[in-house]
Amino acid sequence: MEVLEIVKGLISEQLDIDEEQLEMKTTFEDIDADSLDVVELVMALEEEFNLEIADEEVEKIKTIGDIVSYIEKQIA
Amino acid sequence: MITPIGLTKEDYWDNLLKGKSGIRNVEKFKDYASQIAAIVEDFNPEDYMEKRDTKKMDRFTHFALAAASMALSDASLDLNKVKDRKRVGVIIGSGTGGIGTIETQLEILKEKGPRRVSPFLVPMMIANIASGYISIFYGIQGPNATIVTACASGTHALGEAFRIIKRGDADVMFAGGAEAPLTSVAFAGFSAMRAMSTRNSEPEKASRPFDLHRDGFIIGEGAGVLILETLENALARKANIYGEIAGYGMSGDAYHLTTPDPQGEGAYLCMKRALEDASLPPESVDYINAHGTSTQYNDRIETLAIKRLFGEHAYKLAISSTKSMIGHLLGAAGGVEMAATLLSIKKGIIPPTINYEYEDPDCDLFYVPNKPCEKLIGVAISNSFGFGGTNACLLVKAFNGSIA
Repeated sequence: MEVLEIVKGLISEQLDIDEEQLEMKTTFEDIDADSLDVVELVMALEEEFNLEIADEEVEKIKTIGDIVSYIEKQIA
Repeated sequence: MITPIGLTKEDYWDNLLKGKSGIRNVEKFKDYASQIAAIVEDFNPEDYMEKRDTKKMDRFTHFALAAASMALSDASLDLNKVKDRKRVGVIIGSGTGGIGTIETQLEILKEKGPRRVSPFLVPMMIANIASGYISIFYGIQGPNATIVTACASGTHALGEAFRIIKRGDADVMFAGGAEAPLTSVAFAGFSAMRAMSTRNSEPEKASRPFDLHRDGFIIGEGAGVLILETLENALARKANIYGEIAGYGMSGDAYHLTTPDPQGEGAYLCMKRALEDASLPPESVDYINAHGTSTQYNDRIETLAIKRLFGEHAYKLAISSTKSMIGHLLGAAGGVEMAATLLSIKKGIIPPTINYEYEDPDCDLFYVPNKPCEKLIGVAISNSFGFGGTNACLLVKAFNGSIA
């Protein structure tokens, strides 16, 4: 499965949002995710893709597109 | 109300009068000494909040929010019409808070390490989070606190809310208790104390307060939240008034961690102080909603304390333990039991103590055995005593329609 699809699935599951509402340019603010939601999402991503995302990297992530490109770089 | 015998005030009350037991065998506790509990079934938190929010809350908070939402609509209180939401507050008591969340996250810590522990662990497990969520949901910025006094939490929460209103620090308070203690570690802990009934073959008969063959309490879960407000406020908006809180008493046993004082001094003192707070004589009391846990100690000593305080009048009182039906809701007990007490006053009928079969010579008062009892109640008290030797008693009066 494409990274984008997996990320959308995780966010949809965690925040109870319809996947169709999620796009590459969607920000955490758009989906009303606070800092704790972001930490929880990062943990789910780390688990799913078997990697570690440093806090400094998390701070740079603003959109779903940022997540996808970061992960694609890591697993490439 | 969220209780093991009803998910609304109406169902709870109907089943109390029917003498229905909410206690049953629990599969997940089949390896424990006590295998029975009073579980809330068919409760869906999504009936009261967004699914997304439910995941960030422990079960005790689900119960608290559901009960708060029902209390608000039952009170027909429109918060948009309340002059100032800064003068609306909340105190929800809980004995064990989010103990289920701690248990789940501890497993994750052991299996997957600290990086996998949820960022929501802390805001899910802290006992004051139920009050926190209620304030956020309703935008109320008055006093916001919790009470953690084990099985007395709910009664203390109501008493403190009463005091807050009386002092003029708020006009309206959400108050009561919420508890979700049916988790493996909590159950094992209570079980290790040998305080719980092991009448596993007859769960519905296990909770038998004041009966000679009682053998311990049965843990239950749920929440009871009430809306307290100033009389002026209630009269101005023509509220359906269930009764008037007129006295509150507190005491400490200063005796033992879990065993009550043998002379019932703590129980005696808190009831006496509630009467003094209301400036009423013992003879004015018609009904006691007893702590009545179904342990040998509590029921004998509570009876002794009642006899010491009320003298001959003790034999004229109606006393009942609704725990005979719903089990012991720990920190939520005070909330659901005060609701039962107020409904008894309002309807003129007292729910029974079920499973009362064999008289205990040490418990020789009128416990409303097995059948409800019609009685005009002017004044009632509700008792809650907690581990650590903490005691609370709340006195309520029938409201006669005018300012005294």
